[in-house]
Parts: sequence; C-alpha cells; structure tokens
Amino acid sequence: MIDSFYLATRYLLFHRVRSLTVVACLVLVAALPIGLDRILEESEQQLMARADTTPLLLGSKGSSLDLVMSAVYFGGQHPDPISLAEIERIEETDLAYAIPIQMGFFARGAPIVGTTIDYFDFRALSVAEGRSFAILGESVLGASAARRLELGPGDSLTSSPESFFDLAGAYPLKTKVVGVLAPSGTPDDLAVFVDLKTAWVMQGIGHGHQDLSRVQDPTLVIERDAKRVVGSAKVVEYQEITESNRDSFHFHGEPSSYPVSAAVIVPQDDRAGTLLLGRFVDGSLGGQLIRPRAIVGELMTTIFRIKEVLDLAVAIVGTAAVLALVLVFSLSFRLREQELQTNFEIGASRGTTARLLAAEFLLLGGASAACVALVLFVLDRFNSAIVRGLFVT
Amino acid sequence: MTGILVPQSGRVVVLGTAISGLADAERRRFRIKRMGLVFQSLALVEYLDVLDNILHAYRISNALRLDEAVRSRARSLASDLGLADKLRRPVGALSQGERQRVAIGRALLSKPEVLLADEATGNLDPASKGRILDLLFAQLERDRSTLVAVTHDHELLPRFDRVVDFREICET
Repeated sequence: MIDSFYLATRYLLFHRVRSLTVVACLVLVAALPIGLDRILEESEQQLMARADTTPLLLGSKGSSLDLVMSAVYFGGQHPDPISLAEIERIEETDLAYAIPIQMGFFARGAPIVGTTIDYFDFRALSVAEGRSFAILGESVLGASAARRLELGPGDSLTSSPESFFDLAGAYPLKTKVVGVLAPSGTPDDLAVFVDLKTAWVMQGIGHGHQDLSRVQDPTLVIERDAKRVVGSAKVVEYQEITESNRDSFHFHGEPSSYPVSAAVIVPQDDRAGTLLLGRFVDGSLGGQLIRPRAIVGELMTTIFRIKEVLDLAVAIVGTAAVLALVLVFSLSFRLREQELQTNFEIGASRGTTARLLAAEFLLLGGASAACVALVLFVLDRFNSAIVRGLFVT
Repeated sequence: MTGILVPQSGRVVVLGTAISGLADAERRRFRIKRMGLVFQSLALVEYLDVLDNILHAYRISNALRLDEAVRSRARSLASDLGLADKLRRPVGALSQGERQRVAIGRALLSKPEVLLADEATGNLDPASKGRILDLLFAQLERDRSTLVAVTHDHELLPRFDRVVDFREICET
C-alpha cells in the first residue's frame, strides 16, 4: 500500500493544479457549513451575553432592534432620541435607576458614547491606564479603540459629525484622552466614552466662545442690552475644551429637553422591572421600554431561520460539487486507461488499480481534512473578533 | 506468449511453463517475474521520473520486492543506458531515444529470462537504433536472457540468431 501512496502522491503532484482544485472544492464544501455554524454559535453567544447583562432599555418608539443594536452594541442605525425628561420620569418611579446613552458621533471610525460614570460600574469596566473622565472635554477609550487609534492618556481625539451634511450645528470637538479601559471582550472595547455633556457639546447643544461682554470688536456683537448680548456669526466657537476656556462652555434651553439616544434601565428587582414594563404597555410613560434579551432572541430566531435556507443552499451546492468531482475522477480514470492497461500488461497484481485510486482518494481527502481543520482552527482563534466585526462595527 | 491473452484451444508454453493453463493471478505473477516487455508505444508513466519509471514494476506487484539492492541496480542500469544524469527528470522532458532507453531499463530491471520487444527501435534514426540495440544485447548477454523481438525492419534481422517470418507461418 505504501507504493500505491507513493504513486498516488507522484500523480497528484504532477497534476497539482487539478489536485489543488479538487482539494479547494472539498474544503469549501466541508468548511463552509461548519464555519457558518461556528460563527452563528459565537454570534448567538456574544449577542445574548451582552443582552443578558442589559436588563431593560428605554428609547423612542420605532424599531426596537435598531434601539438595541445602537445602544447595546454601538452599531447599526441610531434611533430617534428621547428627551432627558423621559429618563427622569423613570427615575421618579423609584423602581429603577437609568444610565443615559447618547450616540451619533464618531472619532476616526470609533463610535463615541456619551454617558455617565455609572456606565462603567454597571458594565464592570475598569480603567487600565489613566483615569475615568471627570470634566467636560475628556474621553476614555475602549481597549481595542486605543490600540487601533494608537492613543493613550495625554493624547487628543477629535470627533467627526455623524453626517457631513449637518453643517448647521455640529463642529468637530477635540477631546483629551484621560484613560484607557481594560479589555472586556464586548463592544465597549471599540468605543470612545465621553461625559454626556461633552456629547451634547459635540452635538452643538452646548458651546463655548469668546466672552461677548468683554470683546472690543464691535462687529462681533449684533445687539447688547442690560440683560443679554447677541453675538454675530463672526464669533468664533471653541473646538477644543481647555483649562482656559472650559468655563465659557454653556448650554442653551431646558435641560430636561436635551436629547438622549437611549437609556439602560436597571430595575431594583424583577418585580420592579415588570411593573415598569407594564407602565409602558398602558401608555402612562412615553417611548418604549424593552428587554434586549427578548429582541436579540427574536433576531437569532430569524438568523437561524435564514441559516436553514443557507444550509439547504450549501447542501445543493455541495452535492453539485461532489457530482462535479465524480465527473472529474471518471474523466481522469478514462485518461489513465492506457497507464492502467500497461500496468496490467506488465503484470500488476490484481487490485493495483483499486489501491492506486483509493490512495489518491485518501490523499485528497486527507489534505482536504487537514485544510478544513486548519481553516476551523484559524476561525476558532479569530471567531470572537470576526463576530464582533460583523455585528458591532 | 505473455499470457495477456489466453488461447481458446491449444497450449502456450514459455520457459517450460504452460502459461495458458495458469490462473489470471499466476499468469500476472509469471509475467512480471520472468518476462520483460518493451512496448512499441513505450507506455512510460508520464507523471513519474526516469528512475521511478525503471522501478515501476516493483511498485505495482507483490511478486517483486523493492529494496535498496533493487534501487541500486536500477541506478546502475540507468547509468549503463546513459541516463545517469537524468534520473530525476520527468520522462516527458526526454528525447525519443532516451525514452526508449527508459522503457528498456524498466523491462530489464527484474532480470527477466525472456524479453519481448515490440518494434523497440521503430521510431529511431539509424544511429540511435544501432546504439539502443547494442545496449539491449549487452544487457541480455550479461543476464543470459532471451530476446524475442517483433520488427518490420529487415536491417535488424542479421543481428538475431533466429528469424521467423510470419508470412511463412501463415502460409503453412
């Protein structure tokens, strides 16, 4: 049998393009469904783990999936904002506390999450380098974001508006990086965290500019009376919050009307959570309150339904590939008739042809199995990162 | 004579063995151990190099055992046939004369008692033809083997001890 393997190896190496094609086909047919399975398994695990640690989520009425994907995984479409007042109403019930989340801005591709310091405690995130944000204009980076952006405490990071067409309000704001979080293996690793007020400054709700009561240039002031000064468009707004200009930053309007993308609602206990959900069902509180676990569960059910269709498609393609391989082998067998006849005429033992072909099958099968194992090994190593890339960024 | 085809009547006796009476497996065994074959088409295995083609019979039958002594003999035979520097060359990259010598090497390696050659020099120019036959006769002389050759080339006939004209057989 060793000689059969030797001859089969020589044959396969001589026809290396054909051999590689056959191996590639077999690897695809085998690795695709197994790989898909593992990616889906990992997806379910990651998505559910994150959803499980987010008891309730408050947001505007509309797509609950968008709300979950945006506020829990920092990806997808950002839902319409709710007002801070709606969060305050939840807290007034004394059934839960709320952690606001303001999304919509990015810094070199990393989502900026405006929130409060409670968020870090809630997600059990610890600061690996530097410290947490404390004042306006400071940012803390997730571990992966810091690595990718090559930034650390002391560096600065500028926001970019969600839409370049938003010329009216949002200007880039330079923040000072004061800390980097320890890796958590969650979407938090990819985000840039700022204080909620800093997020509002990015949005143009708060701003800082020259002190108009002291300016000398008369063209900077349109109107001035005892109570107020109206500045002209010539007044320069600060695009970086520094020690010297921090005090000039201020907000206009009623704070309870400020927008928030969503809020994580942490009820006192299960009963409190159920009571809160009931109040949203009967309409006594505005917006929508959802259990992320239920939404992600529905999403996974849909994905697995799609996967069943995919499995069928893969099975059909796999059958076609196997039939094509049978055709290739039968044609190859016909092309080798002369060689096999010569073997017989020389006096080859009975079964030589069968042994040669079996060795060839085993070598091709073995090479394919090894490649599949390698692909799956690499997939397993990077599965977690691939899934994060698929569902989070 | 090779036992590839079995007569419907009568007997075929080769080297004192009635091969027509042997079972298929025995005939194969007889052929590979005691006979060497040089085909008109040469029938070399294209995916093997020169040395592997010479050794080929040892890899397709349990009747022959491939060991270091056989490998050494194959190299020596290849050297005698002027192929020493081409042992690892694919047979597709050889000239017709070189391919012919590989085919002869494969047939001679097992030191057959009888060598059957079907137009072994059919496609060669006169100079190559003479050289190949010299090599073949020298090897057979050394192994004390018999050569049975089929040829249409009457120029070769004086080199053989006995010539049988098929036309005469057909007429009788």
